Amino acid sequence: MEEYNPNYLAGIAKEIRKKIIEMTYTAKSGHPGGSLSITDVLTVLYFKEMNVDPLKPQDENRDILIMSKGHASPALYATLAVRGYFPQNILNGFRSIDSDLEGHVHRGIKGVESSTGSLGQGLGVAIGFAIASKLDKKDNKIYAILGDGEMEEGNIWESLMAANKYHLNNLIAILDRNRIQLDGFTENIMPLDDIGEKVKTFGWDIINIDGNDMGEVISAIEKAKKSKNKPTMIVANTIKGKGVSYMENNPKYHGAPPKNEEEYNQALREIGGI
Amino acid sequence: MEKLEKLESLREAYGEELSILGEKNKNIVVLDADLSTSTKTDLFGKKFPDRFFNMGIAEQSMVSAAAGLSLAGKTVFSSTFAVFLSNTYNVIRQSICYNNVPVNFVVTHSGISLGEDGPTHQILEDVGIMSGLPNMKVIVPVDAAETRRVIDYLSKKKDSPYYVRLTREKFPVLNDSNYDFHEGKSVTFRDGKDITIIAYGIMVSFALKAAEILKNKNIDVRVINMSSIKPIDRDAIIKAAKETGKIVTAEEHSVYNGLGSRVSEIVAENYPVPVKRFGMPDIFGKSGKGMLLFDYFHIGVNDMVKATEEFYKEEFK
Repeated sequence: MEEYNPNYLAGIAKEIRKKIIEMTYTAKSGHPGGSLSITDVLTVLYFKEMNVDPLKPQDENRDILIMSKGHASPALYATLAVRGYFPQNILNGFRSIDSDLEGHVHRGIKGVESSTGSLGQGLGVAIGFAIASKLDKKDNKIYAILGDGEMEEGNIWESLMAANKYHLNNLIAILDRNRIQLDGFTENIMPLDDIGEKVKTFGWDIINIDGNDMGEVISAIEKAKKSKNKPTMIVANTIKGKGVSYMENNPKYHGAPPKNEEEYNQALREIGGI
Repeated sequence: MEKLEKLESLREAYGEELSILGEKNKNIVVLDADLSTSTKTDLFGKKFPDRFFNMGIAEQSMVSAAAGLSLAGKTVFSSTFAVFLSNTYNVIRQSICYNNVPVNFVVTHSGISLGEDGPTHQILEDVGIMSGLPNMKVIVPVDAAETRRVIDYLSKKKDSPYYVRLTREKFPVLNDSNYDFHEGKSVTFRDGKDITIIAYGIMVSFALKAAEILKNKNIDVRVINMSSIKPIDRDAIIKAAKETGKIVTAEEHSVYNGLGSRVSEIVAENYPVPVKRFGMPDIFGKSGKGMLLFDYFHIGVNDMVKATEEFYKEEFK
């Protein structure tokens, strides 16, 4: 593993989490739970592992990230803002009528590669990018972030087969395995069981990690980058609502912001924002 | 007496044109979903295997990957049967149309002319489905020559997605090789002053035959090929309303949400005159010889003659 400064990345993740809480509380809507679970992964990607430059957002050799779970827009928008793609004060307009920050991930925003929100489509879109990179003999990486509830969509399984067929070793899918979807726990709504094993039978390499441990996230991504001929799925076992005690593992906060000022302040306090 | 018609396959014209364009334009990639020998994208696939992607019977991932390839800068053609592309409505809606990526969907085997495969495959709603999507443009080439020009045109376009609707059956050749396609413009195949038939696809040929028959009954019929359905040629429609006073629309499609609906909207908003929508009623098709099904469903040439004559004579107060 390359050298990295864990304190620096931890500080960034805190900043992003704080913004997720501010954005959803200000908007009085949005999806904090699945944004907080994927924050550590996004921090590692945008502040360490991905070759991206906010000053050259269309650079043809840049790495590509598709946020297939488009409801995690607060996490992606906040990460892009902190990374410098656009001013952070723009985040205050999230979901409001006079802002471009649409409720779900919107390609009109600098740094966003594809609009998402209706689930199951982002893996296939990432496959298109990965095939194009191979045709153009680029050595960039294509990342797709998937929700675990999203694995219930048929398009995902179609796309898993296609990635195997075309030996897309430049494709790295990261599964946010937080075990909660809108209606409740995944294993009650539609059991995914050992989802990594299922994906493995589709010809993918699988790496199981604690997705809220940034050291593990880094190791997994660096291993995946070295894949010779297979796509990799990193099964990032995460905690939905990570960092805010009353949100953690609570399906209620899949799509609900802090209820009142007390909850809002508690969330920021626990994250370490104030 | 009917003249002997020259028939040509639109889907073969598509496959041939694509494999010609692929020679010059190395940026073209083609995706299919296990129907390439029928959609004729196999002609491209055999020539350029590295740029041809058979995604299997998996239309959703085909459309998703088409979006990604297009976002990455490729010129993308994606084909299957018309009915199966509609499996992916919401993928087209979000990943293609909302992203506004210039993917070209060229679909075949639409309508009842498909024949023996029957109602499960004979889609009659797709023009409406696709026209309703923001950014999507919809074209139904009338013959092989127009198909070639449309495919050539789309290989150079980069501003929006397109839906191009082709058929299984060979259709009469109406355009010569000098024909050039202009998006949003119709072609008046026959001028007339009494009534106008606005049609697309096989119905243009039917309308030309019907016009010959009606000429003997002293009804002078204008026939317009409206292959560009979205954007549509508003000027030609309003002109027809003003100059001929009545309009018949004709399509191998449901009378709901197709050309009949579009023309009615434009006429109603701009220059209200009576409009007769000639096409499939709100029903499914059936198995049988493709070209026999038009008479079976009372949307053949003779039915068009009868409907047009009655409508022409009908008094509206």
